[in-house]
Amino acid sequence: MTTPDKLIPSIPLSSWANAFVDWLTANFSGLFNIINDVFEGFVGLLHWLLASPSPLIVVVLISLIAWWLAGWRVSLFTCFGLLLIISLRLWDSAMLTLALVLASTLISLIFGIPLGILTYRFHKVRVVIKPILDIMQTMPAFVYLIPAVLIFGLGNVTALLATFIFAMPPAVRLTYLGLTHVPQATLEAAEAFGATEWQKLFKVQLPLALPMIMSGVNQVIMLSLSMVVIASMVGAGGLGAEVLRSISMLDVGLGFVAGISVVIIAIILDRVTIYSTRKKKIISK
Amino acid sequence: MATQTATSIIRVQNVSKVFGSKKKQALAMRRSGRSKAETEEKIKTTVAVMDAEFDVYKGETFVLIGLSGSGKSTLLRCLNGLIKPSEGSVLLENENIGRLDRRRLQQIRRNKIGMVFQNVGLLPNRNVLDNIMFGLEVKGVEKSVREKKAKDALEMVRLNGQAYKRVDELSGGMKQRVGLARALASDQEILLMDEPFSALDPLIRREMQKLFLDIQGEVQKTVIFVTHDLDEALMLGHRAAVMKDGEIVQFGTSEDILGDPANDYVEQLVQGVDYSKIRTAKSAMKPLKAIAYQNESPQVVLRRMKANHLPAIFVMKRDGTLSGLIQLPQVTNLAEKRRQDLSAITPNPCHRVGMETPLREILPLYSDQPVPVAVVDKDHRLKGEITPVSLINSLTKEIQDYERKKSDLTEAVQE
Repeated sequence: MTTPDKLIPSIPLSSWANAFVDWLTANFSGLFNIINDVFEGFVGLLHWLLASPSPLIVVVLISLIAWWLAGWRVSLFTCFGLLLIISLRLWDSAMLTLALVLASTLISLIFGIPLGILTYRFHKVRVVIKPILDIMQTMPAFVYLIPAVLIFGLGNVTALLATFIFAMPPAVRLTYLGLTHVPQATLEAAEAFGATEWQKLFKVQLPLALPMIMSGVNQVIMLSLSMVVIASMVGAGGLGAEVLRSISMLDVGLGFVAGISVVIIAIILDRVTIYSTRKKKIISK
Repeated sequence: MATQTATSIIRVQNVSKVFGSKKKQALAMRRSGRSKAETEEKIKTTVAVMDAEFDVYKGETFVLIGLSGSGKSTLLRCLNGLIKPSEGSVLLENENIGRLDRRRLQQIRRNKIGMVFQNVGLLPNRNVLDNIMFGLEVKGVEKSVREKKAKDALEMVRLNGQAYKRVDELSGGMKQRVGLARALASDQEILLMDEPFSALDPLIRREMQKLFLDIQGEVQKTVIFVTHDLDEALMLGHRAAVMKDGEIVQFGTSEDILGDPANDYVEQLVQGVDYSKIRTAKSAMKPLKAIAYQNESPQVVLRRMKANHLPAIFVMKRDGTLSGLIQLPQVTNLAEKRRQDLSAITPNPCHRVGMETPLREILPLYSDQPVPVAVVDKDHRLKGEITPVSLINSLTKEIQDYERKKSDLTEAVQE
């Protein structure tokens, strides 16, 4: 035995972690079942909405949404991109991936934006939340995937959770950043006219922070997409599963087309979220 | 109504505001006569306002004047509770602003005290009309009513037709009009104005001051106006308090302050507005009646000086630049000696100033001898002269302007 080992007692952190997960699964299985059902249902609903109608109708609808949010160029790209996915015969997988990304983005925003507001308002929250966000973004995904599998089993919900942990931090950070950039003079003016804290938040701070929050949304979506392959390792379907299958079968062609499909979805989501904020600016002119 | 003018609507009693720790100690230091800078250096605590005391009467425009850092904006913010005084009280119709809970304070800001800011603080995501409606929206006024009131306010500040413009398309002056309209739309009886026109360029500022006077004549609000510009105070205000380092150093009508400055600081402020900065050599300069050249004969120059009643004359070198000044006895002497030209004597050096030299710097030049001062351009070519008489004329014109302004003001007060 070397001297440091004699001097410094070993901390059984790993067995504590084991015990903690055991305790969680033993005592909160009811709660976890509810969470599992809700998330599973949510992803299922989104997937059903995207995949059950005829693909061509969905292509038209999504292209129209892209047009409305981001203009005709993005819409055109969206249309051709989605048609390419159909011709690659990956439509159903792509729609499941899209459903997973949308679900995890939505959940990230539901938690992330209010958390960003709290971070801005309360110094104590800021002190606690910052290291947690750092951990969420840097901890290797497999570390929390294993307990997540133990708790929720293999499937979409575990994938959703992993994606959420990885993708949520930008929503908090950019909401916080956007709020701190609201000019003090504007806030003071609102205060001088007798605005309440809520009125200040909804009439001044959030509207002025919106461009920054939207770039947070964009980040969340991109990070969610980057998790699809890892998510497929814990049982999520979709394009990630296709990539995983191509790796195990050494099928270069399948891997390539699945990868291309991920890229197409990424570009569509990125352009739609970015241009939607820019277009808003032009409209309010 | 005579009784109304005497009603105090805001009463400021012993208000002090200290930023930082050791508040009591800092105030004690200041009260024992240490300067603001000394206190800041010693205990790192800023006494922004100290023992301020005044009343504001209904319907008047009360001005707080002071240079930047004098605490005038901080004091103003104590009046609507944006800043809570460390000591003392601000009474708004017998309610102590500093002690109110948040809800009551919000009510007062919505219904009693409006505010206009130097940097306006408009919402860039809204158009002009929606910005003006903000105060009414916060109050929960019905949409149709607030649109009507906002449009009325828009008309008052002469921005008709700009209702649906984006805020960042507006110029500085127009933005400030929107800020003013926002306060007018909410229609509180008291209006706090924090250097609203200071950031604007002089012409626009003038225009805004006139607009403000017009509107004030119409709406008759009680206004507390903060400015660093005594000219502005004089034009807009009925009574004023001069602040220095957080203290009110003089108090009275604007005329009192200008006519009888309480101390050097006020004097400086007063002078800072009048001739010293604004009036330059150009304004007091007069064209030369006659000049002489070095190669001219003394007899000719002598006749010229006598014809123009000149006790001294500027002499130019051959290249046209100024050489100096020659007195009448010197020229007479040369003429008697029948010299060919003036080169036999070296001209006396004279004071030279540029066109943009402030008049205040020229005044002391006459202390040694009452001879004309030469105004030259950058090539040392003579452009004109300033005699003691022309200087005094230029300054009295300034005073006449002021007298006229003063009588306008008294008329306005009497009305």
